[in-house]
Amino acid sequence: MIDIVGKRYWFFALSLLVIVPGMIALAMWGLPLAIDYTGGSLMEVAFPPAARPEPSEVVRLYESLGISGAVVQTVGEDGLTIRTREMALDEKDRVLEALEARFGGPVTEQRFDLVGATIGGEVAERSALAVGLAAVGILLYITYAFRGVPHAFRFGTAAIIAMLHDVAVVFGVEAILGHFLGWEADALFLTALLTVIGFSVHDTIVVFDRIRENQALYRRLDFETVVNHSIVQTLDRSINTQLTVMLTLLALLLFGGVTTQHFVTTLLVGVFSGTYSSIFNAAPILVVWEGREWRHWFRGEGPAAA
Amino acid sequence: MKARNLVRLAGILVLVAAAAWVDWPENPGLHIGPVNLNPRMVQGLDLRGGVRVLLEADLPESTTITAEQLQVVREILDNRVNGLGVTEPIVQVAGQRRVLVEIPGVDDPDQAIATIRETGLLEFVEVDAAGRAGLLSGQIPVITDLVTSASPSTAEPTSSGSATAPASEPSPPAASPTGAASGSTPTAEPTQTPFAPAPRIFHTVMTGAVLADAGVSTDGFGRPAVEILFTSEGGRLFAEYTSTHVGGFLAIILDKQVLSIPQIGEPITNGEGQISGDFTYDEANALAIQLRYGALPIPLRIVETKTVGPTLGQDSLDASLVAGLIGLGAVMLFMALYYRLPGILADLALLTYALITFALFKLIPVTLTLPGIAGFVLSIGVAVDANVLIFERMKEELRAGRPLQRAIDLGFSRAWPSIRDSNLSTLITCGILFWLGSAFGASIVKGFSLTLALGVAVSLFTAITVTRTFLHLVLDSVRLEARPWLFGV
Repeated sequence: MIDIVGKRYWFFALSLLVIVPGMIALAMWGLPLAIDYTGGSLMEVAFPPAARPEPSEVVRLYESLGISGAVVQTVGEDGLTIRTREMALDEKDRVLEALEARFGGPVTEQRFDLVGATIGGEVAERSALAVGLAAVGILLYITYAFRGVPHAFRFGTAAIIAMLHDVAVVFGVEAILGHFLGWEADALFLTALLTVIGFSVHDTIVVFDRIRENQALYRRLDFETVVNHSIVQTLDRSINTQLTVMLTLLALLLFGGVTTQHFVTTLLVGVFSGTYSSIFNAAPILVVWEGREWRHWFRGEGPAAA
Repeated sequence: MKARNLVRLAGILVLVAAAAWVDWPENPGLHIGPVNLNPRMVQGLDLRGGVRVLLEADLPESTTITAEQLQVVREILDNRVNGLGVTEPIVQVAGQRRVLVEIPGVDDPDQAIATIRETGLLEFVEVDAAGRAGLLSGQIPVITDLVTSASPSTAEPTSSGSATAPASEPSPPAASPTGAASGSTPTAEPTQTPFAPAPRIFHTVMTGAVLADAGVSTDGFGRPAVEILFTSEGGRLFAEYTSTHVGGFLAIILDKQVLSIPQIGEPITNGEGQISGDFTYDEANALAIQLRYGALPIPLRIVETKTVGPTLGQDSLDASLVAGLIGLGAVMLFMALYYRLPGILADLALLTYALITFALFKLIPVTLTLPGIAGFVLSIGVAVDANVLIFERMKEELRAGRPLQRAIDLGFSRAWPSIRDSNLSTLITCGILFWLGSAFGASIVKGFSLTLALGVAVSLFTAITVTRTFLHLVLDSVRLEARPWLFGV
C-alpha cells in the first residue's frame, strides 16, 4: 500500500515550497488590483452617424497605446464608453487624437470622469469577514458531524487549515502571475477564491468521512495506519473527481477565449491545491496532532528524519 | 419495488419535460389566470448590455457631498438593483456628485428607473400643529428645506444630458397617516380646522442616513410597526429634538409621502424609535427593508438614461459555449469509459442536471454573464462527484464479492454520509455568504452563493435520485449478474 502519511513532512515541505515564494511575492509586489476595485477613468465619446467602430477595435487601439484592460461598450446610437485605469488629461488628449486618426472623422468627447470602484474596498473586507464566519460555521458543523469519533474538533480545525492553505496558494500564485504577466485581480478573482474555498472543504470532508468510518471498523490499528488506509481508499475518487473538474476547466482554458483565461487559471490552481491539501495536508495534520509531534520539531530528533 | 421505480421515472420525466420547456429559447410563457410565467434568460452587461442611468445628488451646488455619502448611495443602489442577488449590475461613483448605474437585461428604461425609484429618502421633519393638520389632510404639499429642485419620486427621466426635473408636485399623504410613536403619547384625532393652504417649507431635522437598522415589531395596540435603531449621531439628534420639542410633533416622511406624525410625549434618549401606522405585516416589513437598504443619505435626481451595448463581443460568448460543450463531452466520455453502464446512466443524470439548473437560472432569474457560464461549466465537473463517490464504493463492494444488487445498495448507502457532510458544509458556507452578502451589501458574494447552492442542491438530486432510479430500472429489465464488466470490475 502507498505510504502517504509516512512521508507527510515531505508533502508539507512541498506545500511550503509553493506558499512561501507566493507570500514573499505578495509582500514585495502586492496584488495588482483591476479597475473593479480601484476605479479609474470613464470617457464617453460620440462618432459621426454610422462611423462608430467596433468596441473590439477600440480595445486593440488602446492596447497599442500601452493601455491594457480597457472596457469598451456602445452607448445609444453613435457613442462609445471606455473605462480604463485613471488617465491624466494629456494622456486622454493623446487617446482622442489617436481615435480620430485611426477611425477618421471628428470624435467628440462627451464626458470624462473619474469613476469609483464598482466593488468598494468594503466588499473585500466584508468578504473576508464572511469567509471567516463561514470557516467557523464549517468548524462547528464538522465537530458536530464527527461527534462519534474522538477529538472531533481536530477534524474541523484540520479542514480549516487545509482551506487556508488553498487560499494562500491562490493568493501567492496570483501575486506572482500579476507581477510577471501583468494580471490584475478583478471581481472574478473574488468569485474564484470563494469557489476554491467551497471546493477545498468539500474535498477534505470526503477523506475525513472515510477516516471516521475506518476508525469504527479497525479499532485495533493505530491511528496513522487508519488515516493512510483511508487516504488510499479514497484516492481513486479524489483523482477522478479532480479529473472531471480539470477536464471542464481545461476545455474552458483552451477553447473559451481570452476573456475568462485569468479566471479559469485561478480556478485550476485553486482546485488542484484543494485536492492536494485534502490528501497530503488535512489528513496528515490529524496524525501530527494525534502524536503531538510538534514537541519534537525543534529538538533535532524530529519524526521527519525518522 | 418495480412500480415505485416506474413512478419515480415518471416524476423525473415530467420534471425534465418541464425544465426543457422552460429552457426552450422561444418559450411563449405561461399566462393562466394569476399565473404569469415568462421565463427568459437575462444576459449580463458583458454579453448583451442594458440600460444606463446616471443619477446626481439633488442638492444645491454649494452643498459639499462627502465621498462617504456617495459610497453609501452606491452600496444602497447596488443592493436595491440586485434584489435576490443575481442581477450583476454595475454601480459606480462618477465624479463628485454622481452615481452611474448599469442594469442588464432591461429592455424598457422605465423598468430600470422604477427599480431605482424604490430607493426611499426618509426624512424626520419638524412640524407644528397647523402644519401637521395641513399635511395629514393633504392641503399642504410636502416641501422640506432638504430638497431644492425635485425628489427622486418626481424626477422625470430624459435622455438628454442636461435636463432638469420639474419641481416636486404636491404628493398625496400616505394612505394611513395616523399613528403614534413609541415613547410618545398617543395623539388625539387631529382637529380639522379649515385654513388656507399655503406652500410651506418644513425643516428636515435628520434623514435616513442616521438609521443603523430597521425591523418589524408591534406597537402599543398590537399592530405591526417598524422599529428603528439610530446611529449614535442619529440617537443624539433624536434625543436633542425630542428634549426640546416635548408636546410638539415630528413628521416621518418617505419620498415626500407622510408616513406618520407622532406627538412627542417625552424625550427619547435610548436611540430607538418606532414608525407606526395602519400597516399590514407585509407593508411594515417592506418598509423596514426599504429603510435598511434604501435609507439614502442624500436625495437623487435622474440626469439621463441610455441604452448601452455589451462589453464583450459575440465571439467571446461563442467560444465559451463551444468550450462548455467540449467540457461536458469530455466529462461524459470519461464517466462512460471508466464506469461503463453506471457511468452512462450518470451521464443521463448529468444532462438532467444541466437542464434543471438552466431552467432555474431562467426562472429566478440569474443574470447570465461570461464568467457565469464558466462557473456553470465548472459545476458540471463537480456535479458528478456524488456519482464518482457512489460508483467507487460500488466497485469496492463488488470486489469484496457481494452480489450485484447488494453492492449497488451498499454503494449508495455507504457513500451517503460523505456526500451528505461534504455537501452540507458547502451549503452552510453558501448560507453564511448569502446572509452576510445581503447584510453588508456585497452583492457579488450574494449572487455567487445563491448559484453555488442551486448547483449543489440540483446535483444532489440528479446524482442520487435520478441515477439510482435509472440503475434500478435497468436492473429490473436486464440480467446483469453475469456481466460484471458492465460495472468496470
